[in-house]
Amino acid sequence: MADARYDRIRKIAAKYPERRSAMMPALRLAQDAHGGWLPAEALREVADALDLAPAEVEAVATFYDMFNLEPVGRHLVEVCTNLSCALAGAKQVVDALEIELGIPPGETSNDGEVTFRLIECAGGCGYAPVVVVDHLYREPTRPEDVPGLVEELRGR
Amino acid sequence: MAAELTVLTGAYDHDLTRLAEYRAVGGYRQLTRARKMKPPAVIEEISKASLRGRGGAGFPMGRKLGLVPPADKRQGPAYVVVNADESEPGAFKDREIIRRVPHRLLEGCLIAAHAIQAEAVFIYIRGEYLAEALVLEAAIDEARLAGLFGQVKVLLHRGAGAYICGEESALLESLEGNRGQPRPRPPFPPVAGLYMQPTLINNVQTVASVPAIIELGAERYAQLGVASAPGTVVYSLSGNVNRPGNYELPLGVTLRELVFEHGQGIADGRALKAIIPGGSSVPVFTPDQLDVQLDFDSVQAAGSYLGSAAVIVVDERACMVQLALRAEKFYVHESCGKCTPCREGTRWLVRLLEKIEAGDGTQADLDLVAEVCDRIEGKSLCALGDFAVWCVGSYLEKFRDEFQRHVDEGRCPYGGESSTEGVPAPSDQHTHTAMAQVPA
Repeated sequence: MADARYDRIRKIAAKYPERRSAMMPALRLAQDAHGGWLPAEALREVADALDLAPAEVEAVATFYDMFNLEPVGRHLVEVCTNLSCALAGAKQVVDALEIELGIPPGETSNDGEVTFRLIECAGGCGYAPVVVVDHLYREPTRPEDVPGLVEELRGR
Repeated sequence: MAAELTVLTGAYDHDLTRLAEYRAVGGYRQLTRARKMKPPAVIEEISKASLRGRGGAGFPMGRKLGLVPPADKRQGPAYVVVNADESEPGAFKDREIIRRVPHRLLEGCLIAAHAIQAEAVFIYIRGEYLAEALVLEAAIDEARLAGLFGQVKVLLHRGAGAYICGEESALLESLEGNRGQPRPRPPFPPVAGLYMQPTLINNVQTVASVPAIIELGAERYAQLGVASAPGTVVYSLSGNVNRPGNYELPLGVTLRELVFEHGQGIADGRALKAIIPGGSSVPVFTPDQLDVQLDFDSVQAAGSYLGSAAVIVVDERACMVQLALRAEKFYVHESCGKCTPCREGTRWLVRLLEKIEAGDGTQADLDLVAEVCDRIEGKSLCALGDFAVWCVGSYLEKFRDEFQRHVDEGRCPYGGESSTEGVPAPSDQHTHTAMAQVPA
């Protein structure tokens, strides 16, 4: 498994003039392989494949919002609350999700099913409020759409 | 002129994500034409068209092209980098372009690559745009198989969530596999960009405008829009309007036309309170500025910036202190942490605005907001620091009475009834850098 990933990362790296450019694709690959987050072992794998120190890889991973340094749920529910979404009622969507999921934003449900968090502008301002479920946009999502959305996630 | 579109042309009548359909409407013919021209002639045409960058700064693409040393006067390769990291709050135009006309973007990339004799094209797309990355990847594969790339390598590179990577030097750092933190300049990217090689870096829409310039010719293209900024632009309209969405129009339409004709006015017949003309980073306009024309120079003359042409409409229900606080929390979250004025100053602004919104602000705090803004502006490596104060500073200036009422009445005058009441933000959860404790 890890050997196959090493080869895949090397192959991606070969597409770039400099190997280090494969850092983000490699981190994404490692994250996907480790259940959606980057334990120390995943960072080490990337470092090995790119001939870097794990600390260099960690420095990059900690910079970007989409790399998770802590475990996340099986599903990811993200709500944009930036200006356009706020004006379209994003807070009411956040409130509805908090009730329906039973956790505040920033947390993962006890059963490890869902991580619920807030995000900055996702680029769906004309179709606000934007909710992103497992990296796919649901635009717009209204408070009344929330129970169905959560039910759908629990059933998957 | 019949169809005044130059970017999204045909996008709503055909499935232009497919190569065959794009070719059926004349796609890639301008690439063939451009490749028959000598590179300096292509640069000359784009320069004559006065195409100004659509990413925010409005810098003429022709001048950037001209700054790249020609192939016989440089060592090593040159690169084209496309900035598809669209993250400015209010902007969703590049997403539309990628979804609707990915091949027009690629055609523009290849013409630009020919103009500077580039070895490779890198398209840096924000990580959140997964569906769009898949559309673009499919288009790249189709064009590659059709042999359209010739000797040019085209690579799609996905970001991973960081507003700062829309800033060109931070984007290059990120593309090199580093933290996305801006570089000191000079040198500028055309001289030393990606891997310190000459690099042309432009926004998605700018590059996607290039085929139309070759097709129409610089003179005809320059007849669209206004003299100081020819062409069309995709305006992203959002907020409290009846018909939000992307509208490709000639540069220079008035705010009134965009909001009241295309956007069909304010939702539910409410009164207009404020308009942000170029994404959350630019100074706010008031309703008496509806006749301002939306082109780079006109908006700037009126005290703001066209930026990414992302127009956010705010109706009477919003509390401007709450809106300022939410806007500033974005910059706290996105400040990369490299420069002290931006990293620390944005935190001070959030703390001050929280205090004012809670009704605990004093007269001195209002002045302190303005003073902190002044201590940040122009004092960082990139414009993020400026963005973080243009919004808040202008809200304070233009809606001073509302800020004053928070102090005088010791509470938010909206009493919990505003549309922006209690909006939470990601910075309440975590930030890119450890939060320093500052006394309020």
